[in-house]
Amino acid sequence: MQLNTREKVLEKIVFARNALLSEKAHHYCAGCGHGIVHRLLAELIDEFGIAQKTVLIAPVGCGVLAYFYIKVDGCEAAHGRVPAVATGLKRVNPENIVIAYQGDGDLLAIGTAETIHAANRGENITVVFINNALYGMTGGQMAPTSLVGQKTKTSPYGRSAAEAGYPIRACELLNSLEAPVFIERTGVHSVKQIIRTKKALKKGLANQIENRGYSFIEVLSMCPTGWGMKPVKAVEWIENQMVPYYPLENFRDR
Amino acid sequence: MSKKVFMKGNEALAEAAIIAGCRYFFGYPITPQNEVPAYFAMRLPQVGGTFLQAESELAAINMVFGASAAGARVMTSSSSPGISLKQEGISYMAGAELPAVVVNMMRGGPGLGSIAGSQGDYFQAVKGGGHGDYRLIVLAPNSVQELADLTVLAFDLADRYRMVCMILGDGFLGQMSEPLVLPTPSGESFDKSDWVLDGAKDRAPRIVRSLRLTPEDALEKLNLRLQEKYHAVEQNETRSEEYMADDAEYLMVGFGISSRLLKAAVHSLRAQGVKAGLFRPVTLWPFPSKQLAACAAGKRRVLVVEMNAGQMVEDVRLAVNGSVPVDFLGRMAGMLPEIKTITERIKNYAA
Repeated sequence: MQLNTREKVLEKIVFARNALLSEKAHHYCAGCGHGIVHRLLAELIDEFGIAQKTVLIAPVGCGVLAYFYIKVDGCEAAHGRVPAVATGLKRVNPENIVIAYQGDGDLLAIGTAETIHAANRGENITVVFINNALYGMTGGQMAPTSLVGQKTKTSPYGRSAAEAGYPIRACELLNSLEAPVFIERTGVHSVKQIIRTKKALKKGLANQIENRGYSFIEVLSMCPTGWGMKPVKAVEWIENQMVPYYPLENFRDR
Repeated sequence: MSKKVFMKGNEALAEAAIIAGCRYFFGYPITPQNEVPAYFAMRLPQVGGTFLQAESELAAINMVFGASAAGARVMTSSSSPGISLKQEGISYMAGAELPAVVVNMMRGGPGLGSIAGSQGDYFQAVKGGGHGDYRLIVLAPNSVQELADLTVLAFDLADRYRMVCMILGDGFLGQMSEPLVLPTPSGESFDKSDWVLDGAKDRAPRIVRSLRLTPEDALEKLNLRLQEKYHAVEQNETRSEEYMADDAEYLMVGFGISSRLLKAAVHSLRAQGVKAGLFRPVTLWPFPSKQLAACAAGKRRVLVVEMNAGQMVEDVRLAVNGSVPVDFLGRMAGMLPEIKTITERIKNYAA
């Protein structure tokens, strides 16, 4: 009897890979934040029971292969055009849940117009913005969100505000628009922030499911390779360097 | 017989698209095609469709990408400078094998150019325009009636081959009004259920993409499949028209609005005792090379007339392959060649 009880306890699964996460090995580097956000999205899609109506749009950048890792319909978009592709998909099939997954160069440089106008139209989509303060996939170039003084491949002496301007705060920018219903900045650099991120993503998806309109979740995310840091240092860099410039708060929740 | 209506080219095009089942239009204002989005903005809400004025041509073509991936019949229209911007999305759609109809009501170029009709975008439409090895099906109507008819055909061709089909008109064709009988839908239906994105309900998830990085789904495999498809289009979809060409000694070749001038030139020359005829490619890609070579055989001279510096003339020369001398007459910058200039040129050959 004693033995049987013990076996039962051992069999109890306390954590497992979510069924919507594929078995495929990620191409992401050690310490990258994408994998965490993928997992949160997969869990939420599962919890909401929307796996059979979700379309995930992957951006140009490290996130482009996201469609291999989360087992829902996937769509590619040209660099910066994710919100436009999302608009087309959602307008044709409003019953689908459309997730626009984007990076900082994609969302705030080449796709700034698409970002602002999709938000301004109040498209009923959920935008997940991974802000890692540089272009990861192309090898670590300066992004619109690179911090002043941040050294990248294309700002080898540190970002100069005089030459490159100041980093753009996406949430604050979008918060000047009337239409968005939800705008929040979170991070994946601590357990507390990961829990906040999941809550924000949950709200963003719930808004879409309830046809409430445009939701925007910015996630400060580690890029140890691009930053030239060990993963633990990268976590600290977010807290010490990024968070002071990019406050982790909710900007709108209507 | 159906009732004749009197419509502007751009509006007949839009109504024909609605007849063909198009319920989604994404566009950005540019002259001389502004009647197209205006007509859709008025009509689509009446038929349960969606008109959306995009923030740019880039956004418009990528909304088309999304709508097509979702399985819709979808159109965008623009004019030359705007079509240059749409090339990005067109290349991505070719790579992802998404169907759509793109309209270019050409205006004078390069640059901002002018707002008068032109044929300066032949190369862009037919030879590529965007990056990578891909083709568009390019239809060149020469009347408001044909503009409407070819619009219905364009949607079928796009769906049949999962390609972007371009209607290459010009500012004159879009702006002029003519009587026409509105077309009827072809009735052909296309099963898109094995590739559209609508949520993986009771099926495995799928991806619409053009990125090919791994050996298992090597890009070359996609390229080879695309080329095979393009070859089938060349075999099946080449269209052209001949007018008084059988007994002609002099063959004129023109597409779109230029061919209307050439028809008048044929009449004028025939009235003056010169045996002239016309060959008109209706599909610019696939180019009707075989038909043209057969038609041009034995003629004394071929004269290509275009509203550009000489673009299609290169394909005409390739088609006749030196069997007949090929000459060119053109005007640029949105100017129309005069019929008298054309007939004088032909009469000079005769003399």
